[in-house]
This record gives sequence, C-alpha cells and structure tokens, in this order.
Amino acid sequence: MVAQSRPSLKGSHSAANSMKIRLKVWRQKGPDAEGTLVDYTLNDVSPDMSFLEMLDVLNESLIRSGKDPVHFDSDCREGICGSCGMMINGKAHGPLAGTTTCQLHMRTFQSGDEIVVEPWRAQAFPVVRDLVIDRSAFDRIIVAGGFISVNTGAAPDANAVLVPKQNADMAMDAAACIACGACVAQCKNASAALFVGAKVSHLALLPQGNPERSRRAIRMVQQMDAEGFGSCSNEGECEAVCPKGISISNIARMNREFTKASFGGTH
Amino acid sequence: MVIATPERPAVKPAAPSRFSEASGPMLDARIPGGPLTEKWDLRKFENKLVAPANRRRFKIIVVGTGLAGASAAASLGEQGYDVQAFCIHDSPRRAHSIAAQGGINAAKNYKNDGDSIYRLFYDTIKGGDYRAREGNVYRLAQVSVDILDQCVAQGVPFAREYGGLIDNRSFGGAQVERTFYARGQTGQQLLLGAYQAMMRQVQAGSVTIVPRREMLDLVVVDGHARGIIARNLVTGEIERHTANAVLLCTGGYGTVFYLSTNAVNSNVTGAWRAHKRGAYMANPCYTQIHPTCIPVSGDHQSKLTLMSESLRNNGRIWVPKNKGDRRPPNSIPEAERDYYLERKYPSFGNLVPRDVASRNAKEVCDDGRGAGDSGLSVYLDFRDDITRLGRDVIEARYGNLFEMYNRITGEDPYAQPMRIYPAVHYTMGGLWVDYHLQSSVPGLFVLGEANFSDHGSNRLGASALMQGLADGYFIAPYTVPDYIASTRFSAAPVNHPAFDEAETRVDDQLKHLLGVKGKTTPREFHRRLGHLMWDYVGMARTEAGLQKVLSEIPALREEFWRDVSVPGTNDYMNKSLEYAGRVADYLEFAEVMALDALERAESCGGHFREESQTPEGEALRDDENFAHVAAWEFTGVGTEPVLHREKLDFENVHPSQRSYK
Repeated sequence: MVAQSRPSLKGSHSAANSMKIRLKVWRQKGPDAEGTLVDYTLNDVSPDMSFLEMLDVLNESLIRSGKDPVHFDSDCREGICGSCGMMINGKAHGPLAGTTTCQLHMRTFQSGDEIVVEPWRAQAFPVVRDLVIDRSAFDRIIVAGGFISVNTGAAPDANAVLVPKQNADMAMDAAACIACGACVAQCKNASAALFVGAKVSHLALLPQGNPERSRRAIRMVQQMDAEGFGSCSNEGECEAVCPKGISISNIARMNREFTKASFGGTH
Repeated sequence: MVIATPERPAVKPAAPSRFSEASGPMLDARIPGGPLTEKWDLRKFENKLVAPANRRRFKIIVVGTGLAGASAAASLGEQGYDVQAFCIHDSPRRAHSIAAQGGINAAKNYKNDGDSIYRLFYDTIKGGDYRAREGNVYRLAQVSVDILDQCVAQGVPFAREYGGLIDNRSFGGAQVERTFYARGQTGQQLLLGAYQAMMRQVQAGSVTIVPRREMLDLVVVDGHARGIIARNLVTGEIERHTANAVLLCTGGYGTVFYLSTNAVNSNVTGAWRAHKRGAYMANPCYTQIHPTCIPVSGDHQSKLTLMSESLRNNGRIWVPKNKGDRRPPNSIPEAERDYYLERKYPSFGNLVPRDVASRNAKEVCDDGRGAGDSGLSVYLDFRDDITRLGRDVIEARYGNLFEMYNRITGEDPYAQPMRIYPAVHYTMGGLWVDYHLQSSVPGLFVLGEANFSDHGSNRLGASALMQGLADGYFIAPYTVPDYIASTRFSAAPVNHPAFDEAETRVDDQLKHLLGVKGKTTPREFHRRLGHLMWDYVGMARTEAGLQKVLSEIPALREEFWRDVSVPGTNDYMNKSLEYAGRVADYLEFAEVMALDALERAESCGGHFREESQTPEGEALRDDENFAHVAAWEFTGVGTEPVLHREKLDFENVHPSQRSYK
C-alpha cells in the first residue's frame, strides 16, 4: 500500500559508525562587519551525509535554540549549479579532487576531526554573510564578451556548419565550468584566469565563435583586470581544486588568443 | 451545471464532482482554428506588432532565469523591450535547468529513422496520456527544430560524430533517435547558451539583471498584471517594480514533497502568490516520479539525485525473484533475477515511460523483492552492455554519471549494478495559460515548468528543456508583443495604491513569520509536509488517502503559524526567513494539489488513482468525464477553491488506452 513505499527515513548508519566532528566556522554578519571563527561540535554525524547536510544539521540545532544559522549558498546539491563552495581546511571544496562541496561526503573524514570552514577569500569576491560571497564579477566578465552574437531566429540549420569531434569535445571540456569560483579562492593571486580561459576557449574552439574571437578575448581579459582579480603566475592550484577538472591549457589558449588579438586582431 | 461556450459541446461533469455547481463557463484557451499544421502560422500573422522604435518604452519583468526565463529575456531584449530579469540566485546562471542531464528533443530526423514534426507531436500527446492540448503540442514540435538550430549557433557544444555532424540518441519511451545532448550536461549547456544570450543584451542595454531577489507578490492594477513586490535577499529591503507585462518563469513545485530531484531552493512561491492574485492553478496533481534516482540513505537527506534516464538505454533493470533475497547482486544467479520490465513489456522493455517504470519499481519493492538494506531500490545493471560494447563505450556515454553515483553512494557501478528508486522529478501541472501562455490575469504570462500547458499528465524524457526554450525563444516573443500592442495601459506608478496594498501584505507576513518565535524549524515542517504528500499524493493515490491528507494539511499549517522558529530580523540576509515563507506557501498549495487529485477520479499518466486501473494494473483513463483541464481559482486560505474546466478536443489523434506491452 501507499505508506510502505516511502523510502526509509531512518538513518542507514548505526550509532557505531556515527562520527564526532568539531567545526570552526567563519561567522560574519555582513560585508562591513568583523568576522571570526566560531567553534561547534556535532556528535552524531553520519558518514553518508554530504558536507552541506552536516551543516544543515548544525543549522537546525541553531534555529531550534533561536540562534542565527550559518549562512551559505547552495542549490542543486548535485555538483552542477556552482552555488556552493567553501574553504575546507584551507582547500577550496575540501580534500577530494573533482568534487564540489555539496558532493563531498562525511565518509571522507574521520570521527574526531576538526574542520575549519571559511568563505572564498578574494578581493573581487566580497563576503556577504558568513560563507556567502558576491561573485557578480564573473557575470560582468561574461557581459563583456562571453557570448556569441546571434539573435533568436537568425540561426542556420544545426548541421549547416560541421564541427570536428575533437574540437567539440575540447569545447565541451572547457564549457563544463560551473563558475563556482574555487579557482580564484585557491590562487594566491586570486586570479580568475581559469574561469575566463575556459569561456574564451569554449567559444574560440567552435567555428560559431570564430568571428568574435579577438574582440571577446580582449574585452573579457580587460574586464577581469578591472574587477580586481590578480594575475596568473602558473602555479596550477586552480586546476587542482577545480571540481570540473578544467585544464590550465585553457589559460594558455586565452593568453594566445589575447596576444594574437592585441597584435593585429580586429577589436 | 457546466455552461459550455457556444462553439463547443458541453462536457458531462464527473458524476461524483462536488464542483459542478460552482463551475463557471468553460475556459477559452484561444487556440486558433484551421488545420493543426497551420494554427501557429495563422496566429503569428494575426498577432499585433509593436514598431521597433516604440519597444523600449515598454517594460517587461521576467521572474526566474532558468531556460524559459533567460531565453525569454534574451529574445525580448533583442527585440528592443526594456527587460528586467529577476532571480533568487547570486547569478542568473544557476537555475535548476542546469541539472538536466539527458538531452533535448528536436524533430530533425537527422537519423533518417522515421521522425517528423507530426511524430514528435503524436508521441507527446500519447505520452501525456491525452491530457494536453493538440494545438500547443503541435506548435512545440514545430519549434523544436528551430531551438536546436539556435542553440548550436550560440555555441552549445553538442556531442558530434567524427564527420562533424551532430550526434543524437534515443531517449526514454521514444522509438526514434531525436534526442540531442552535450555529455551528461545538456541542461547546463543549454542554460549557459541562454544566459550568455541574455548577458549580451545586458551589454546592449536592453536587459537588466536583478539577482538575489525573491518575488513575493504580483501587483494587479485594473485587472492587469503591472508589477511585482520583491525582497532584496541581501539587505531585506522590500522593492516595488512596475512593468507592462510580467513573465513568471519560476519552475515547478516538486519540492512540495520535501525530497525530490529539484534544487533545494526551488519553490512554488512566485506561482502561488500569483495564484492568490487571480491566476488559476491547473492540474496541480500531475507530478512526475522519475524512475532512476539514487535511493534515500538517511533522514539527513536534503535532496535526491537523479541518474539520467538515458542510462536505461544500456542498463537492465531487475530485482531478485525471491522475496527477501539480500545476497549481494553479483552473487544472485541469472535464473534468480527478474528483469520485470523486459518480462512485462516485451516491446519497450527497460524503455517504458517514466510513470510505468516508477510504478513497477514500487510494486516489486512493495512485494518485498527490493534491493539494498532498505529494500527500497531496484538494480540497474550494465554488466551485459559492458561485455557487449566494452567499458570504454559505456564510460564515454555515462562516465560522469557513474562518477557521481560512486561519489554519493561509495559503490562502483562498473563492478556492481546501480541501485535506483523513483523520486519526484517534474511537475506537469502549474499556472493555467492559454495558447498565448497568458494566465487568467491579463499581462501575466507563465513559461516553462511553471505553466501547465504542454505535457498533459506525463512528460516525455528530453521534453522539459525543449518546452522551456520553446516558450522563451519562440512563443512568448510573439505573444507578449501582441498583448502589449493590443492593450491600453492605465498609469501604474510604484506609488499606486495597489503597490501599497501588496507591499503591506508582504511586510505583514514577514513580520508574522519572525514574530511566532516557536520551537520547530521551517525544515521540520517542510519534511513533515513532504512525508504526507509522498504517502498520500505520491505514486499511487486513493480517495480515502486523499481525504485523510486534506484534513491533515490544514492542521499542519495551523501548527506552523503557531510554532515555527525563524531567528534573526528582516533587514539583512536571512535564509531562514526566505525558507519559512516558501514552506508557508507549500502548506497552502498542498491542499489544492490533493484536492485536484481527489477530484480527478481517473488515472492518467503520472496521476494514478488506485480505483481506476486496468486488469493489468495500468492507468485507466475516463475520457467521458475527465478529458479536461482542471483550473482552480483561489478564494481564500482554507476555503474551497472554484473549479473551472477547459475541454480538451482531440481532432487529430484518437485517444486510446496506452499499451507498452
């Protein structure tokens, strides 16, 4: 009958494998307020919880006692929307490679671990509240030129222009960026080169993006500088923490596109 | 009695309906006359136009920046209107359209396998179990080919063949290969295409992005939608925004079940508050339960993760033949496995439509043959195709999905079968709209999943992306200008009394939520509501169950307003306050959803009433009494809504009992 079809909402973990986690979480009321690390201890964390579900549990207990919960952004909770992200023990999105914070599970940690949780730190990403930051600089970089100019209704047949499979695949590799900002957060210069390089590459690799490639490279790079992101010094930390595995070869391609455009491209 | 419009025959009201007396005249969907294939062309020609130089004088508010919202904002911006696009996220690129994995349908017939616009139309009407409008669906199939062209031109990196042509594949329920995809990230790439087109209009000065805002009321002046009240989610400030037309592109209401595949911020608030201002809510009981999701692991669970249905192309679904068989899957011999979909539906096998696959999974689990510790999952096994095609091929097709599964469950699907279970995924119901996508409030248009229009009682795989983009790129840009050109606008400045009244209402509710200072969190109420809805308004519904839930929802709502705990204040970022408002709306919305399920005493598509099934246990429609859209008019919280009906005419496709045998 109907009622028995409900997924079991009893935890599948027994008390034996529940974990004790000590947290130090960055709390900051607003952009101009002073922030500080605050200690919390959770005694019954399931290894099957995601990192954000663990914070949900913390927040539930804070709300029940009338206290402000820890604010953080999250939405899809399946690693694709790019909303979530925090420094977990100094590493963007935590210890697992190729993993967003929402897809990080507590089985990655040991009972008794202390975990320090901080927001992305970058001049171009001001803190809004606690772990919530303002990433609108990324949107402004796209506005500057991260698109192909084609009005609705003006497109030729989808198969009119052939795209070699390897180009389509490389374009897809670059287009997989979710604009979470981990690259910026991990970089000691707070450079946005991986984010910008990914978009420049995605569009430059496709014939549809070719007519505007010079203009696009120049404008996006100029906007990136104007937003206060630092320069790239080729350390590769961005690639190491990128949850989508975006390659730094996209930064090289961006530099090539920018240099070519600067020396005689049309823009 | 039901009053029929003159040109349409009266429909017999359902015998047990309590709502016949309250019904007004049949709703008019403004579907053009003439042959099916010419309706849309005819209407486009009939539509009034706004001259290019005049367009920038008209303001259009778009709420929500998923596929429907972003594509509409971009397209109307390109035409020259003054567009404001609102979203609750920090960036308009994050809407939940981004999570769609599988693909988008387009009737291109690139595979020369018998596809056509008519076949896509036919499949969609049939898949929707004859509860969608022929006129709308044919138009959807027509523009599907333009959508694909548009997306390719924007640089969406669709999968390609070695010759450089676009690749495509077959997708749940379809017997032709008409689904186009960008790895397992089609929704993301299509959304980025629409987002980038919209951002181009920001540069051009025709679109303004208003992020981190939540629409909390619709402002209606002289019967027309003329603006919204929005809360700035960073500062808490309540803002008034005026416009000539409002486009709601706010997505579906799947999170009424608490656990669903929707994003955790997905909500019904925009749609529900418009409903309370006069927009009818249509067929809210039509929900789609997706058969291939990762099973629940514990009560901490905040959402369910979908595994793309495309996996069913290469995976075989089975459970043990014997009840209570808890052996690891690889130790269960072939002879003791029940490939129940292949057994029961030999011609479609593992590719039966979503509702059929979901109900069958529930049935085998209810029978005690489910997999995993909870017994609430079934196996999706890739062993045979890994052997036949090689691991490389499977990895190329599903690599990222397998990785995601492994990350969440800690199990390796290359070595042992996945475990899957149905979860709420998509809602076919939504605000009622006519052929122009205009709601029952003139000037309020509803696009994408937020409207009810094109999927009937069940949506086909890879059709959500298609419909969202159809509405935004190719339909609203024709019908919204027609509305603007044919309307004489009265003055509706932000100091109009209607704005005062709406702002006061919003403000009062926020203060009320903060003032309760109870002991129970909004999430706890949401979870309890979700349990009720899953138990009684989920995969299978009964009259008794629906009656029961209809008495429990008001009690839970009453408890909410007595005991909810919302810390903090209203003058800075306060996510508990945002969430509490959304839960409050769900506690009202749930009632009309259950009522609609009760009123529709037939089974159709995703709506399964146990009282109405074939001897084989399939959904049994009652065309005589229910070949209509049920559109509910709000009359007050806790008071019975008024039921309006729209008759569905089938002139081209003859409704038949679905059979996937």
